[in-house]
Amino acid sequence: MQSFIAALLNSLDIAMLLFVIAVGLNIIFGVLNVINFAHGGLYMLGAYFTYMLVGRLGLPFWPALLLAPLAVAAVAVVLERLVLRRVYDRHVTDSLLLTFALLLIIDESVRMIWGSGIHVVRPPDLLRGNVSFLGVNYPVYSLFVILMGAAMLLALWALFTRTRLGRIVRAAAIDRDMAQTVGINVPLVITGVFAFGAWMAAVGGVIAAPMRAIDPGMGDKIIIESFIVVVIGGLGSFPGTLLGALVLGFIHGFGGRYLPEINLVLPYIGMALVLLWRPQGLMGRGAAA
Amino acid sequence: MPALLVVLLAALAALPYFAPYFYIFVATEILIMGLFAASFNLIFGYTGMLSFGHAAFFGMGAYACALLLLHFEVSLLTAILGAMLASTLLAAAIGFLSVRLGEVYFAMLTLAFGMMVYAVAHQWRSLTNGSDGITGFRLTEFGLGLDLQLFNPAVYYHVVLVVVVLASLVLYLITRSSFGLMLRAISENPERVAFCGVNERRHRLVAFIIAGLFAGLAGALFAPFNRVASPDMVHWTQSAEPVLMTILGGAGYFLGPFFGAAMFVLLETWITSFTEHWMLLLGIALALLVMFFRRGVLGTLLDKVTGR
Repeated sequence: MQSFIAALLNSLDIAMLLFVIAVGLNIIFGVLNVINFAHGGLYMLGAYFTYMLVGRLGLPFWPALLLAPLAVAAVAVVLERLVLRRVYDRHVTDSLLLTFALLLIIDESVRMIWGSGIHVVRPPDLLRGNVSFLGVNYPVYSLFVILMGAAMLLALWALFTRTRLGRIVRAAAIDRDMAQTVGINVPLVITGVFAFGAWMAAVGGVIAAPMRAIDPGMGDKIIIESFIVVVIGGLGSFPGTLLGALVLGFIHGFGGRYLPEINLVLPYIGMALVLLWRPQGLMGRGAAA
Repeated sequence: MPALLVVLLAALAALPYFAPYFYIFVATEILIMGLFAASFNLIFGYTGMLSFGHAAFFGMGAYACALLLLHFEVSLLTAILGAMLASTLLAAAIGFLSVRLGEVYFAMLTLAFGMMVYAVAHQWRSLTNGSDGITGFRLTEFGLGLDLQLFNPAVYYHVVLVVVVLASLVLYLITRSSFGLMLRAISENPERVAFCGVNERRHRLVAFIIAGLFAGLAGALFAPFNRVASPDMVHWTQSAEPVLMTILGGAGYFLGPFFGAAMFVLLETWITSFTEHWMLLLGIALALLVMFFRRGVLGTLLDKVTGR
């Protein structure tokens, strides 16, 4: 029973981190119609900026949580304006190729600047140690990850359904030309959405920094996981992303505990099963993009 | 054009007799990578499907060939045929799951399943020897009763040249067949093709499987050449190579990927001699080519010649 609860709690913090990252990927897809292959790279930049701010400059964790994602969002604005913007009027293949090129560039730049070694960031004092929960010792930091994820979930839901800005973004996602016609500055919305998605990825990177090893392979790992999340949940579906993140979180949490020999391929098996049963994802709409 | 090709082939055949020893290795790699890139272009340039996981089939070919040589000590020809079969089966499985949805999904799924193969190559230590890869296999004979000294780089180069030329001929004939025309129609307008009563998904799947088969052949030639089958050959960065080679040479012409592979391998040989961050340049080159030079080098040259 205790082992079960421990696996459950473990699954939840993995799931919330995956949600924060995959939802950014999905929001960008919704408006740009492109899967951002560099999304994992932006997540990684968030973690490395945190390492610079906390590990090198000695700043506390909290300002880093604010500053690092903003810096990554600024990088994203430059990338969108300078690179991606040029090919929107072409076939979607060209946008995919460009984000893939950005993935190569970010990955190798990280290797060049920070080396191939592993870096560590200490969690803030407030979030150190364990709490006892239903007879299970649980790290306070994991509790913080779950709460952050839940807070972002609620904030996003409110943003997209309750505010004018959210309606503008949804309008641009549904019909770009029509949105432009009724006076929405669509190019600005596109830049904003890309930067916002990058900001979310970087928030994920900051949150991940104290609990995972910071190394140049972390971006690759998370982008594959995010793909699995959106494929399971359904590309373009907000609740689907949450569901997909939970499913993959459970696969990791329980698979790592009960089926350790094959835990690396379990996520792919899960994805393959969903593709066979519901190709458009569990919550995806019928005619998928 | 055909005359030019004959001259080129003759020069390639005579290469070991006049070029320095080092360039035999470079030329062997160019031929293998050219076939790898050309197999990728069957689905990319001709069918309009962008795969970021093509190394899965290349790596599968390399591993299957190395394992057959190591454990069963078969002839090289048998090992190559076995490797092609293995890659074909893998391509059928991954293709079946990946071609059903649109191309954004396709790009994502091929990358993900490619990394699944990488995870298996890395984790299944008892079979694949983990990150060290498979080494120590021996090349005894080619097969068909031919007495070839395969350990001699010049001889192996000639084997690769013959195999690659034959395979490319088959690939070329496929692109010129009615099936190949259908693939091009699918890349132009999939809805209309489907509307004409053609099962376009099945065409995509068959193209994907054929591409996997030839990528497997390239991998099977690569493992004995490199004396190792390692997880790097399955990693997504390996999948980036045919993408860049094809864009570099030009996806619109059959020989574009070969041309791109030649430039790629020569540049790589030259650049990696003074920097280890070759991948950064690769990324920047890909971005610039897509933004400003989408028809590639050979494509642009031929466009000029043919006045397109």
